[in-house]
Amino acid sequence: MKYDYTEPTLSTKGAKLRDLLVKYLDIFSHRLPDDVSKKLVEFSKIEVDPLQKLVYDTMMENQRLAAEADVPSCQDTGTLQFFVKIGTNFPLIDELNEILVDATYRATQIAPLRTNAVQTFDEYNTNINIGDGIPGIFTQLMPHSSDIEIYPYMAGGGCTLPGVAKVLMPGEGYEGVTRFVMDRMTTYGVNACPPLLVGVGIATSVETAAMNSKLALLRRVDSYNSNKRAAKMEHLLEDGINAIGLGPQGFGGKKSVMGVNIINTARHPSVIGVGVSTGCWSHRRGLIKLDQDLNYELPMNKGVEL
Amino acid sequence: MKTYHLTTPISADDIKDIRIGDIVYLTGTMVTARDDAHRRVVKEGLKLPVDIKDKAILHAGPIIKYLPDNKYKMVAVGPTTSMRMEMFEEEFVHKTGVRLIIGKGSMGPGTARACKNDKALQLVYPAGNAVYAAKHVEKIVDAQWTDLGMPETLWVCKVKDFGPLVVTIDTNGDNFFDAKKAEFNKRKEEQIKKISEQVQFIQ
Ligand code: SF4
Repeated sequence: MKYDYTEPTLSTKGAKLRDLLVKYLDIFSHRLPDDVSKKLVEFSKIEVDPLQKLVYDTMMENQRLAAEADVPSCQDTGTLQFFVKIGTNFPLIDELNEILVDATYRATQIAPLRTNAVQTFDEYNTNINIGDGIPGIFTQLMPHSSDIEIYPYMAGGGCTLPGVAKVLMPGEGYEGVTRFVMDRMTTYGVNACPPLLVGVGIATSVETAAMNSKLALLRRVDSYNSNKRAAKMEHLLEDGINAIGLGPQGFGGKKSVMGVNIINTARHPSVIGVGVSTGCWSHRRGLIKLDQDLNYELPMNKGVEL
Repeated sequence: MKTYHLTTPISADDIKDIRIGDIVYLTGTMVTARDDAHRRVVKEGLKLPVDIKDKAILHAGPIIKYLPDNKYKMVAVGPTTSMRMEMFEEEFVHKTGVRLIIGKGSMGPGTARACKNDKALQLVYPAGNAVYAAKHVEKIVDAQWTDLGMPETLWVCKVKDFGPLVVTIDTNGDNFFDAKKAEFNKRKEEQIKKISEQVQFIQ
């Protein structure tokens, strides 16, 4: 079976945005965001036992080699997802979907990215890394704005696998949330290439909790929730998961997680929804902010120019 | 933690002293074989078109660059979750005589039996380090079952000092991750108890 795709005819400005994104995705496939790199360097100084040190040395050398050769640092370049905050006056709002899909298509050939889109039920790989719903595009509106913020994310198979959401009864409380998150770490987290970034969503139903948990992965690894109790729970879970001692690759060690980020929204009085998403040590997520003239900023990748 | 350098062909004798937690670097022939290759050999009874006796397999789907004249270049290669192959591995090892099974994460009792009875090792390459791994693939000498697509093709690689490979099941059938998981679970329960006392926000 063959997946039909014809490249769109974009406006001049639309093509410019696409080309910027292609360049960003190419760099992004081997350059980890600054917060993640910093955390890994920090951990490499803490994990000094011979086996753990060997793994961290390999990671550092791998990232150096990938940057030098300009190729993806992990062979699993994931499925592309774009989380977008778009100003309602952003001039390319009508073309945005086509731009993001075509940027994925082109970046796949240039980087090169692994072709990871399998059409469901027909069960064939499209071999062009796009398919129905891939790349994933999730938008939020910014009223009275002509800017756009795009968070691209390469969701690898190994770190997508632990994803789970459930609606608990309020009687189970945040204690139930704690167990739900912690159980996932020892069953699935071990194989998701720790040290992980753990996203926890607290909300009302499965889809809101799951979405919150994913949005939590877009936050910096060293950031904390603005709600005091939520921030306390982030600290507790972070220390708790570290104490489990997964270490790099689940070989054991002092650090299991780069961070735990919680995003919370309100709930129905009778339920408490919880979601868990994980990012691996090779957490390839970024942010590009653009104004209506396509002047851009890359706040997560200091010094990078497109 | 002892370090070993192995070169294919590898005999049962070469690996008899290697224990879980040791490190191995591999030189010689390593073939990528994952889900479909295992299914074909075990379920469909097909003969693997590459001789892997006394050699190594890697559970991996690489990124390959296709060069002219049926030549290939390894761009990035790293292991995929080995547990998916667990249901086939015991029989796969027995049928093929493969000596090293390289992948990611833990495997189960079937693989442990195979390692003990047929004298093989399961090893883990730290995943995510795909360029470092590709650098130690000197060349791709053959590609078989290409009809399976890039990730599932049997890529026959000549490797030099490929590693670090952490031994996770040895020829005694001991499993590195079994002990680890028991520790993880014990500590997890202690932590859940500790955290739960401090997050009673619903009164
Ligand atoms: S979990 Fe992450 S680092 Fe590990 S193989 Fe998958 S994408 Fe690569």
